[in-house]
Amino acid sequence: MTHLELAADHGHPVAQAPAADSPLAIRGLTVSYGEKPAVFSIDATIAPGSMTAIVGPNGAGKSTMLKAALGVVSPLSGTVTVFGQPLDIQRARVAYVPQRASIDWDFPARVIDVVLMGLSRELGLLGRVRDSHRKTALDCLSRVGMTDFAERQIGQLSGGQQQRVFLARALAQEADLYLLDEPFAGVDAATEKAIIDVLKSLKDQGRTVVAVHHDLSTVTEYFDHVFLINVRKVAEGPVETTFTSANLQDAYGGRLGTGQIEELALAAG
Amino acid sequence: MLVDALTLQLGYNATLVAIGAALLGISAGVTGTFLFLRKRALVSDAISHATLPGVCLAFILMATLGGDGRNLAGLMLGSAVSAWLGLVCVQVISHKTRLAEDAAIGAVLSVFFGFGVVLLTVIQTMSSGRQAGLDGLLLGSTAGMLYADALIIAAGGAITLALVLLLRRPMTLVAFDPQYATSIGIDPRRVDMMTMGLVMAVTVVGLKIVGLILIVALLIIPPVTARFWTEKSANVVLIAGAIGGVSGYVGAAISASAPALPTGPIIVLTCFALFVLSLFLAPERGVLAAFLRHRRFQKRVHLRQGLLALAQQQPVYEPLTRRLLAREGLARPDGVPTEAGKARAAKALRDERRWQVVHRLPEYEGAASLYDGLRDIETVLTSDQISEIDATIGGPKGVTA
Repeated sequence: MTHLELAADHGHPVAQAPAADSPLAIRGLTVSYGEKPAVFSIDATIAPGSMTAIVGPNGAGKSTMLKAALGVVSPLSGTVTVFGQPLDIQRARVAYVPQRASIDWDFPARVIDVVLMGLSRELGLLGRVRDSHRKTALDCLSRVGMTDFAERQIGQLSGGQQQRVFLARALAQEADLYLLDEPFAGVDAATEKAIIDVLKSLKDQGRTVVAVHHDLSTVTEYFDHVFLINVRKVAEGPVETTFTSANLQDAYGGRLGTGQIEELALAAG
Repeated sequence: MLVDALTLQLGYNATLVAIGAALLGISAGVTGTFLFLRKRALVSDAISHATLPGVCLAFILMATLGGDGRNLAGLMLGSAVSAWLGLVCVQVISHKTRLAEDAAIGAVLSVFFGFGVVLLTVIQTMSSGRQAGLDGLLLGSTAGMLYADALIIAAGGAITLALVLLLRRPMTLVAFDPQYATSIGIDPRRVDMMTMGLVMAVTVVGLKIVGLILIVALLIIPPVTARFWTEKSANVVLIAGAIGGVSGYVGAAISASAPALPTGPIIVLTCFALFVLSLFLAPERGVLAAFLRHRRFQKRVHLRQGLLALAQQQPVYEPLTRRLLAREGLARPDGVPTEAGKARAAKALRDERRWQVVHRLPEYEGAASLYDGLRDIETVLTSDQISEIDATIGGPKGVTA
């Protein structure tokens, strides 16, 4: 149990054994680009069926934590279990929505082609794209309000529309755990509403949603759980008990004015 | 003569070369597409230059063992080994050190090629080396192509094509969004290695026909050309294959139609001609289309601005705007609106108001995204929808206090 030893080494209280029913359980996760850890000895137990915001200042390791959970970056130490098993076994139940800025939108693809990528597993290497697949893709597009855009080249989309296409691709995977990296970054109000509506409907279906989120003012409105991080874990739990001024102070230090913190925490209380 | 060549009437050797070059062109174009989409086109340059030492060492080995140093299969095997080594060097340098991939490519390309040239000189001093004609592999030399050579090229090309077909989905996914690909269980590094392996196979197969220096052109120009004609990655693959195939076939035929025309360079020039045609003439992404679109757009903007100015009784000073309004019969040359101009101006202003409403209502988002300040609203919305919008604006009103 290396992760337990590691946690103990760093003076953490030794974490409880990974909860078997947690959609995403992280133990002793450390990731480093170069010599400075981006996240350090993180433990997280995401509650089943919750909507969890990962919140912290810039450079706090929010995206890194998500990427490490998915194996997109390889950790220096730590373990990740998904629904109680290693990621590779449960990968089909996980859908990831990367930051939209991470790709080149001049790539030769139409909107529907991108959504069809969400069906890669089903299609396999040689399977033909059938009408049923196309219908699934169109359904997913309609859930994010993008049906009219199916045949458009992706380069013609606005930022918010790109984000919704990415979400539609994840929806096509019919996953039980959705991990989103800054889904609300730089999007218009209509998109923000469309995305949050979809995420809430996922939660209503009993699925789990975890999103890196940078807008503190909407945490209480959008999410029921919060994970505060600043390289190290600051706090984790339901918004009402965790999104407190003390915890925000710990995560953000001097970066937020006291008045601002009080205000946000009051909104949560 | 060229017609004879194109219809394969120019004899056995020319026919072999033309068919071989067409097959090579198809597999190079198709494989190169994934390199292009992954934005790693230049890696193929490192791979191809890295084949040279392997070719030379294979020749030396086969000659010293008493065999025929020019055996194509042996030379191809040697080139594959050293190309792989070069590729591994690029990967290691760019992943394990702080050097970027372009630096790694430059270093590997020049060092391997330099070493190869030294070996070529050594071969010249060997007794069996003088007639080797290994320098023909630099730029391709099809004069003495054997039936067995053609078979090897055809088989290699066919296998490469089959593998591309098998790997097209993961390769496309990794090229578009490697992070997402990882999240669904595809390892981008492995897929990249397979892509590079295919590029290497094409390079090796192409040694005899276009040579190791020019194969890069056959890998890169077809996809770049194809991209002008389509917005779908699957079509880029198909069109690139077609362009590569046509270039190979036509280029080989042209070079066979006259003595002393080198095959490889002529194939590449044929390919380049197709590129230039596409660059200028492609309907959406071509230079000419872009220029015409810009001019047309500029005129429409001027006309629209002119109409909106007329509607608000502002004078129009811009010479182009005045000229356009006059030409359309919407205003007199001195800028005074005609009856038709007044009507169109009123409509333009009304449409602006309608668009404002469209932008406000989420159910019209698809339509709103088409707004460019110029488009007639009737082309986007049905008349029912327009009257609905008009209801929210209200009819023409008198001025109220």
